[in-house]
Amino acid sequence: MSETATFRLHVNGTERVVEGAWVGESLLYVLRERLGLPGAKNACEQGECGSCSVLLDGTLVCACLVLGASAAEREVVTVEGLPNGDGDLTDVQQAFIDEGAVQCGFCTPGLIVTVHDLLERNPSPSDLELREAISGNLCRCTGYGRILAAAQAVVAERSGSGRSQRETSA
Amino acid sequence: MNGPVVLPQSIDETLASLQETPGATILAGGTDLMVAVNAGTHRPESVVSLARVSELRSWRRDGDDVVVGACVTYTEMEHGELAALVPALCQAARTIGSPQIRNAATIGGNLGTASPAGDTLPVLAALDAVIEIRGPAGTRSVPVLEFVTGVKKTVLEPGELVTAVRLPVLRGPQEFLKVGTRNAMVISVVMAALVVDLDGHTVRLGLGSVAPVPVRAREAEVFLEGQVDWAGVGNGRVRVADASAFAGFGELAATATAPIDDHRSTAAYRRHAVSVCARRAVERAFS
Repeated sequence: MSETATFRLHVNGTERVVEGAWVGESLLYVLRERLGLPGAKNACEQGECGSCSVLLDGTLVCACLVLGASAAEREVVTVEGLPNGDGDLTDVQQAFIDEGAVQCGFCTPGLIVTVHDLLERNPSPSDLELREAISGNLCRCTGYGRILAAAQAVVAERSGSGRSQRETSA
Repeated sequence: MNGPVVLPQSIDETLASLQETPGATILAGGTDLMVAVNAGTHRPESVVSLARVSELRSWRRDGDDVVVGACVTYTEMEHGELAALVPALCQAARTIGSPQIRNAATIGGNLGTASPAGDTLPVLAALDAVIEIRGPAGTRSVPVLEFVTGVKKTVLEPGELVTAVRLPVLRGPQEFLKVGTRNAMVISVVMAALVVDLDGHTVRLGLGSVAPVPVRAREAEVFLEGQVDWAGVGNGRVRVADASAFAGFGELAATATAPIDDHRSTAAYRRHAVSVCARRAVERAFS
């Protein structure tokens, strides 16, 4: 029996202690199975699908490819911790619902985190930049059209040319 | 007292950790290692993580060279000044994995894994990159073609660490081409990296995924160097006397390979793809 790891994680602004972890446990496993944060999904476990996308010190990564203990003392943000103002949902989450970008929903949390990350760095991405940004997130239901539409709706909304702004200013 | 996962803060501390825990697995970006751990094919007893070794995470100019720290990520190679100094490295970085993978994966990790399909390796071969290594016996520098000794095998001894990659900054066009089954998230079937050195009057072609180790197409290089009007190099553009030399270059490049049939491709297709990629690379560079 190999030695176990005990370490502290900063997750969604809260300090969490992980005790007795197996040395090889991924951050994804720690989040889901030890810390009760099932938002990041476990699918391919090899970085191919993007459904476990989280922010690690503000950088978008696949949580399945991060060794849990090596994330000690670093800032982890999961889909549960994205800034949502006073509401229950972030503007990206709301846009996914409004545009019908969610079907089975398994890829959705990863895509939400990815779109948030993109729009933080690039508030007005071109279509190509948007497509490249989500190239690491596989969706087998939607064909991506409505996901792209949702992201574009957020871009429009945040820049003040979106539907609700137009309606309220009319 | 450290647990089984050690997080050193410096190269010196890393080397000390490797001495204290013989057999420890070195963890860089995790994009190869964690795939094996998740699949249960690698079960580490102890891990030395490079996550906090900030001195491995930067690059610098050093005279006519750039020295790229082992933990510089592909995302960092894709953009900015480093991308402009070593365009083929930037192009290779852009083809790798997904944004999530490029944010995590490192050049040192690509070397440590030493996969035949390692995407930076043909670029490093074309540039005659030198791998800087530190270990218990001190520092040593190894040319990349000597560093990789076989499929996932390197000259690294126990306790040694790749600290940086030294690359020349060259004047002249550089190209990177890769064949795979799609554009994102793909393991390469064939790679070709072309570097033209207008001052040294050399053409260098590195090839990947076509042999157990990255290779150089020496015969093709010498052939094309003989076709180039080096005296006409003035504005950074170079010409060859006869455009049919491009196809000849491609055919000679294919003879430098030792590909295999596997689940990703056949040896015959790989040879054909090398000739096409090499030809396209020089057509782009010399047009």
